[in-house]
Amino acid sequence: MTSPQPLLSVRDVRTVYGDVVALDGVSFDILENEFFALLGPSGSGKTTLLRSIAGFETPTAGEIDLDGKNLLSVPAHKRPINLMFQSYALFPHMSVAKNVAYGLEAERLPKDEIASRVDDILATVGLSHLASRRTSALSGGQRQRVALARALVKRPRLLLLDEPLSALDRKVRAEMQSELKRLQHEVGMTFVVVTHDQEEAMSMADRVAVLEDGRLEQLDTPVGLYSKPRTRFVAAFIGTANLLEGRATAGGIDVPGIGELRAEHELAPGDAATAVIRPEDVTVTREPAALAGTVVDIFFLGGSTTVSVAVDGLADPVRCTVHAAVGLARGDVVGVSIAPERIVVVPAAGPTSPAALQEVSG
Amino acid sequence: MSSRSTAPSPGARLRRGLAAAPFLAPGGLLLIAFVFIPIALVTVYAFFQRGRFGGVVFDFTLDNFVRLADPLYLGVIAQSIGVGLMVTAIALLLGFPTAWVITRLPAKWRTIALIAVLLPFWTNFLIRTYAWILLFNNAGWINKTLGVFGIEPLDLLYSLPAVVVGLVYMYLPLMILPIYSSLDRMDPLLGEAATNLGSSPFRVFRTITLPLAIPGILTGCVFVLVPAMGNFVIPELIGGGKTVLIGNLVRDQFLKARDWPFGAALTLVLTVLLLILLAVQSRVSARVTEGPGRRG
Amino acid sequence: MAERVAKRGGLGIAQIPFWLTYVFLYVPIIIVVIMSFNASDNLFVWSGFSLQWYPTVFQNSAIMEGLGNTLIVAAGATVIAVICGTLLAVGIQRYTRGGLIRAFATAPALLPDLLLAIGLLSLFALLQFTLGLYSVMIAHSVFATAFVTAIVLARLAHVDPSLEEASRDLGAGHVRTFLRVTVPQLAPGILAGALLAFTLSLDEFVIAFFTTAPTTPTLPIVIYSMVRFGVTPEINALATILLVVSVTAVLVAQRLTKFTENL
Repeated sequence: MTSPQPLLSVRDVRTVYGDVVALDGVSFDILENEFFALLGPSGSGKTTLLRSIAGFETPTAGEIDLDGKNLLSVPAHKRPINLMFQSYALFPHMSVAKNVAYGLEAERLPKDEIASRVDDILATVGLSHLASRRTSALSGGQRQRVALARALVKRPRLLLLDEPLSALDRKVRAEMQSELKRLQHEVGMTFVVVTHDQEEAMSMADRVAVLEDGRLEQLDTPVGLYSKPRTRFVAAFIGTANLLEGRATAGGIDVPGIGELRAEHELAPGDAATAVIRPEDVTVTREPAALAGTVVDIFFLGGSTTVSVAVDGLADPVRCTVHAAVGLARGDVVGVSIAPERIVVVPAAGPTSPAALQEVSG
Repeated sequence: MSSRSTAPSPGARLRRGLAAAPFLAPGGLLLIAFVFIPIALVTVYAFFQRGRFGGVVFDFTLDNFVRLADPLYLGVIAQSIGVGLMVTAIALLLGFPTAWVITRLPAKWRTIALIAVLLPFWTNFLIRTYAWILLFNNAGWINKTLGVFGIEPLDLLYSLPAVVVGLVYMYLPLMILPIYSSLDRMDPLLGEAATNLGSSPFRVFRTITLPLAIPGILTGCVFVLVPAMGNFVIPELIGGGKTVLIGNLVRDQFLKARDWPFGAALTLVLTVLLLILLAVQSRVSARVTEGPGRRG
Repeated sequence: MAERVAKRGGLGIAQIPFWLTYVFLYVPIIIVVIMSFNASDNLFVWSGFSLQWYPTVFQNSAIMEGLGNTLIVAAGATVIAVICGTLLAVGIQRYTRGGLIRAFATAPALLPDLLLAIGLLSLFALLQFTLGLYSVMIAHSVFATAFVTAIVLARLAHVDPSLEEASRDLGAGHVRTFLRVTVPQLAPGILAGALLAFTLSLDEFVIAFFTTAPTTPTLPIVIYSMVRFGVTPEINALATILLVVSVTAVLVAQRLTKFTENL
């Protein structure tokens, strides 16, 4: 069902403002009908990339193709790409229906076609009863649906969503997450979410591109990003992790203070490296184990408990998560063990290794 | 110590009123005594009669307003409205693009541009008027420049066009500033959204920028139209007294003919016009509901 | 964010009216200023640079009398306006909620000056208050107050109310808090308001024209009488001086409050 040619192809895009490098040679493809996410902290370049695709900014170098044709030479208002703004940018002097119809009127479609398409999309997002309402009288969630409807009604090749969930409160956020996924399947369109919130990206997207400092750190499925991070940044940014610095060895990583941990990796022996260990892969017991430590703190969260342990030989405490209450208290001496097959070794902070840029097809 | 209560609900808010008094009383009394009472006085006078030797005789009458229907005075009012509209139209044609360009300037230049618009407004009223005498005079600067191109000197001074130019000169800043304010308040993302939805730059302007600027445009028009009609210095100095506007009439009635009630009636006409226009402006602005601020 | 550079499209055809406006606004003033330095008394022919007209301004008794009157009126009006306006602004901010009172306080700036002028004239006549400098001073102080109120109100929006609360918490009474915490914070706004009020009064013609006595003309009225008989280079020099004063006042006020950002 995926066409052989990618829908959107970003190649070596570089954008420089004075001495600030916003994007530093970013390349990736977005496939048709996928739910894609651009994830990164502020300053990572994701917003610049978003605006470049939409046409509000032009990269200094590089190419962006849509359906195989050069997109950058097409003026912004002629691109078959629509954007749902973070602040929604609804037109205050128009009703909901007029807002939604605006893009169709720009295409100079016949009035009855516009009317029926507007009715359809309002029904899809559940706003039919508010069609003639002024946009200022709506709640946050309703405004977002208008913004969504306004973009979707044009049937763009690509729908960009800028931080779609950031303005919503918790409960509405969860509803909206499933809404968006449902919509994307129902409408059969490619959605690209741009966000700084890794939960947002991970929960909705089929594939996620992680950006930092203008560079693509890793492009992978959410599971891939979580369980097989390829750079230190991705490991630290996605979920929580214990990061132990050391040096790569032939069979693993040598961490000063506790010795060698066996792990599989592709680094050369002697390279500076970081061991990434998820809290749920750390086991803490009363009996002695490979490592020893003292309980520093316990966080009981209902469904799970996180135990913070000061391991002998390590400077920072190691976190361990279990899905139950543990009968431990502060000061207890415990044994700490880590499943070797769950340890991921990444290069220590530095330029991204070529391995991390390998794309994983969805 | 005055126990004048300024709190919205009467009665129990006495203590609050007492606390507020020292702040609100001085300015408040000043305003009441020297703005509201005078206005009330003018309103009242308009319904009374002129005394034999000037002054006011307190006999209720509507004569003053009836007199307004006299063709002579109607002519003045009509001419004032005509001139006012002409001045407003020219000010709008010049002012709107200027305000628009200012909003698109980078921050530093924007401040300079705004101050540059304001400065003439803060210079002496008379100076700004008579500078045009220098320009319009038969031997004046405009004719001199035209002479360079071999054009015969034009009779510019003491004509209606000269008065219009003078009035535009006086009130142009008052058109520019409200329009700028309105345009500046607009969320810049709205333009981007409109573009993204397929509107060419011209369509964005026509369907988004212009409609949202209408409150400012109307305000500007009101700020120009009413003062232009009430100005008497420019028609006198630049128009040579040949053009008579409402302002001239009022001045004559008060200081020459000493018919204060009639002058009051005339001024009331002007004021009521102002209030009606402000009300219209208010209604129209309310229809353009404010969206989330640009910093939202 | 360094990332975002607002894309400013082309200005296109709008540039014509834009430049036209500024040329239109400034050419007359520039001509006046230049001709004030003219060596001859011809208003239309430049004969060389000279400062001769400036001293004559100060030697003209009518002008000096008008100037003196105007300074008295402006100074008095400004003092009254600053006191009443600041108090009014603080009072409105603190004790009222509706926009109605706020609108009333700033209304005088919007009403036609003719209305205020004849209204005041009527009031003074009714009270048999002799016209003179004090009647003008009162008249000017009214709309100057409206002005100062508006400016200080705008400034108050940026003032941190917790500072006043901290002061009271530390034991200072109302008056002390007002004088030593509130006023200093408002100072730039008050100063700017004072400058603008002073300049307004300096230049104001219509209201002064109606409310003064023939024996006590203000400077604008003096200029008016002079211009009716014809323009002289002396007036150019006077105009230039006044221009410098106004411009300075506005620039300083802008420095203090950056009021163009709140337009």
